[in-house]
Amino acid sequence: MRIELVKRPQQSALYSALSPFFALALTLIAGAIMFSLLGKNPLDALYYYFIDPLREMWSLHELAVKAAPLILIAVGLSVCFLSNNWNIGAEGQFIIGAMAGSILPVMYPDFQSWIVLPLMLIMSMVGGAAYAAIPALLKTRFNTNEILTSLMLVYVAQLFLDWMVRGPWRNPAGMNFPETRNFHEYAVLPEIWPDSGRAHWGFVFALVAALLVWFMLSKTLRGFEVKVLGQSPRAGRFAGFSASKMVFFAFIVSGALAGLAGISEVSGAIGQLRPTISPGYGFAAIIVAFLGRLNPLGIVAAGLVLALSYLGGEAAQISIGVSDKVVRAFQGMLLFFVLGCDTLIHYRIRLVRTALSKAEVSHGNA
Amino acid sequence: MKKTILSIAAAAAVLSFGTMAAEAKTKACFIYVGPIGDFGWSYQHHQGVLQAEKELGDQLETAYLESVPEGADAERAIERFARSGCNIIFTTSFGYMDATNKVAGKFPDVKFEHATGYKREHPNVSTYNSKFHEGRYVQGVIAAKMSKAGVAGYIASFPIPEVVLGINAFMLGAQSVNPDFKVKVVWANTWFDPGKEADAAKALIDQGADIITQHTDSTAPMQVAAERGIKAFGQASDMIAFGKDTQLTSIVDDWGPYYIHQIKSVIDGTWKQQDVWDGMKEGNVVMAPYTNMPDDVKKLAEETEAKIKSGEFNPYTGPITKQDGTEWLKAGEVADNGTLLGLNFYVKGVDDKLPQ
Amino acid sequence: MGMLEAILITIATAATPLLIAAVGELVVERSGVLNLGVEGMMVMGAVTGFAAALATGSPWLGFLAAIVVGALFSLLFAFLTLTLVTNQVATGLALTLLGLGLSGMLGEGFVGFPGVKLANVYIPVLTDIPLVGKLFFGQDPIFYLSILLTAGVAYFLFRTRAGLTLRSVGDNHASAHALGINVVLIRYLAVMFGGACAGLAGGYLSIVYTPQWVENMTAGRGWIALALVVFASWRPWRVLAGAYLFGAVTIGQLHAQALGIGVPSQLLSSLPYLATIVVLVLISRNRRLTMVNTPASLGRPFVPDR
Repeated sequence: MRIELVKRPQQSALYSALSPFFALALTLIAGAIMFSLLGKNPLDALYYYFIDPLREMWSLHELAVKAAPLILIAVGLSVCFLSNNWNIGAEGQFIIGAMAGSILPVMYPDFQSWIVLPLMLIMSMVGGAAYAAIPALLKTRFNTNEILTSLMLVYVAQLFLDWMVRGPWRNPAGMNFPETRNFHEYAVLPEIWPDSGRAHWGFVFALVAALLVWFMLSKTLRGFEVKVLGQSPRAGRFAGFSASKMVFFAFIVSGALAGLAGISEVSGAIGQLRPTISPGYGFAAIIVAFLGRLNPLGIVAAGLVLALSYLGGEAAQISIGVSDKVVRAFQGMLLFFVLGCDTLIHYRIRLVRTALSKAEVSHGNA
Repeated sequence: MKKTILSIAAAAAVLSFGTMAAEAKTKACFIYVGPIGDFGWSYQHHQGVLQAEKELGDQLETAYLESVPEGADAERAIERFARSGCNIIFTTSFGYMDATNKVAGKFPDVKFEHATGYKREHPNVSTYNSKFHEGRYVQGVIAAKMSKAGVAGYIASFPIPEVVLGINAFMLGAQSVNPDFKVKVVWANTWFDPGKEADAAKALIDQGADIITQHTDSTAPMQVAAERGIKAFGQASDMIAFGKDTQLTSIVDDWGPYYIHQIKSVIDGTWKQQDVWDGMKEGNVVMAPYTNMPDDVKKLAEETEAKIKSGEFNPYTGPITKQDGTEWLKAGEVADNGTLLGLNFYVKGVDDKLPQ
Repeated sequence: MGMLEAILITIATAATPLLIAAVGELVVERSGVLNLGVEGMMVMGAVTGFAAALATGSPWLGFLAAIVVGALFSLLFAFLTLTLVTNQVATGLALTLLGLGLSGMLGEGFVGFPGVKLANVYIPVLTDIPLVGKLFFGQDPIFYLSILLTAGVAYFLFRTRAGLTLRSVGDNHASAHALGINVVLIRYLAVMFGGACAGLAGGYLSIVYTPQWVENMTAGRGWIALALVVFASWRPWRVLAGAYLFGAVTIGQLHAQALGIGVPSQLLSSLPYLATIVVLVLISRNRRLTMVNTPASLGRPFVPDR
């Protein structure tokens, strides 16, 4: 027996719709098996992972707080990945964006006015975009692999932030501990509905960004260009599209959104810069982008699902003592199943009995 | 399907029963920055919790969350505990400071204890820390006695006051035996990365250090020292298993006594806000057995430990000169806690430039 | 032991796991597959290698377990990307994520145990040669294996018929397929070789480098190995040069600090990453050179047509 793929003449609409549910079902089954092996009641575990965090209002707010940066970054990454630009360094763009956006409240704390917050948001986007432009420049000018340069720049950004908050930007009243001064009230991103929880406007930014990018990708010529250049650079050239301009476009859009995510997190959820401001949002967003199948609206759903798995992981840890490592293994499995099930969209799968296909094997047709 | 519903109902029943039971017991909850299996900082906090469980038995129920990132996630984790019926919540890393105070403002009936911070913005927040540098002074004394080269290698994590405090105390202890003793410092810029810590230990040994001490949490430097046949000090926990012919002693963070005391005070209703900085005297800083050293060194170490423990001697007693040669403390003058907690300069003799 | 010799040995120890993982990945990429899951396979090798060595008391059985688990774990990637033709970048990332999570779960019971250490080689007379004896004749056996592995892969790729076949699959899978070559089978084998190497590299970390198990102990070395492959423009001996250069910069910054050089340690810590970027740029700006060596089908999906 072996598996053989037969390309569909066109994408299957049915499987496009069903594939995420297949993937989710398979993940739940595999998860249940994993929990049983760990000696936990699988239904209890799944309940804590996926239902418990949705039962209370404050927890829904937390879901929005956790999902906002994931969605913002992943939406930008979808433009990159669709156009075949492999930006793996959103984590670094998130950090540099957050730092650029923090210049005003940290260095000019006496400048207090309503204009501060809008300026911070703009500066964060400029900062993130500029940092993302480095791998784009290296790719277009020197043909350097962007996966590796963008990744290396993550480490550089982390160390730069570390140095700034321990040195030049350290809070003068902070007993020499590594953190900047707390942002003043004009520099704090407000909460949407403060009475019920702490979700801030970053979540709204994420939804707006998703809508705008969705519109751009599906309704405009630029969106068409993104996809054509991504699928076939040659065809793109014939159509008169510039591949190197697209590299910059994709990196700058995703860098700007990652930067915006950075300042939203720092100003909305943390309130100051610290040596580490992201528990790996830039990398988790890559999963979100693929879970959402590179569709900005799908990414909103995917971001919420992934955020739910973090919150659920905590609930499960407290309630039934499942270790936090399980969350990561779980996320890895989910991504595997999503990717695997998406094969059904483009291909029909046939199981072939080997005995019947000897002729093909001799052609090397495995 | 029916089975599913039943099982969820059962889970809910267990849950509500759990909260009912919690009302009778006192619930203490803990947030750790690392995995409890790090064999260092978080591991030792968890050991303290296990001690408290043993001591208080049925009166106590505990819960913990490990590897909680500092930042936005911390606030959620703390709030989750506050809402789930915890009576006292210990947040065990500096980076949880603002989050702890924020949640404390929302839950005035829950007690909060934040380790290594300085903010107590609400009456239900206490802070606590240990004087680990007292142990480092003893280590410095041993190092200067044991080292033939007169050079120790110091693997440091991040230039925060606590770490600088430790480097200085080690230096002062060593100088009390050998005024020309040298300490070489390497900043690993991590609390925990065995590979990097091992590399740092090798670099220090290659540059002539024949005693290794560390303010990072992994056991890798101990293993490197063992391999190279020199002596080393452990950190946070007793690391003798990783160097039975190598470890001279180790500073063991023993949080048990403090946790038992604070949880008891919640049970009695006597808990009140405080800022605790305990050390050897209170049993928070414990020296692992003195091993792999001659008897006279062991005796000196024990005497030094006893003097600090009894309060007779404070490692930060003048005369102490800063690295740049200016006088810091006059003879007999003792540094006040406020200065120590924000320390950002070296004493004379440290062979490094403090990252600013 | 002289100081220079000691430093060189430290560099060799730092470079060896990078070299092994990178040479494995080089073979994978030469066959036209980009597996970003090196970190995940490595960390799985580290945990199983440690556990097997501890359980049996034999470091060699530890290495064997690490190799086998690395190869088996890579099969997951191979099945998805080669049989189900999923996106290689995303699948590789998923593999890393799964590896980090699973290894943490598997390893929870092994934290805090000193591991079984592999003894260094000792050859009477030769190892005792002053200045160079220990460097050339007194290191751990895996160090020598890593050099042999590099030589073997170089020989295989450029001097054997099978190596030519593998490269032709990576350069143009359509014409290789037309010539009757079993593209998918060759890629399966290449991916498994890469997984075995990554597993061995992980085992090196937990058995030789720092004989203990802790979560995430690979600490990003899998990613460095990936960078080294591009850095070396897909040539085995250049991978070796790159791994040693990277090791030298890493160790050098620690020595600079121990000497008391007053530069921010964060700047020194970021040097290896900046150096990698600079060298990547220097190498890839020469388009002709890169074009000659880059497997043209790298990362592109292949479905045999009929």
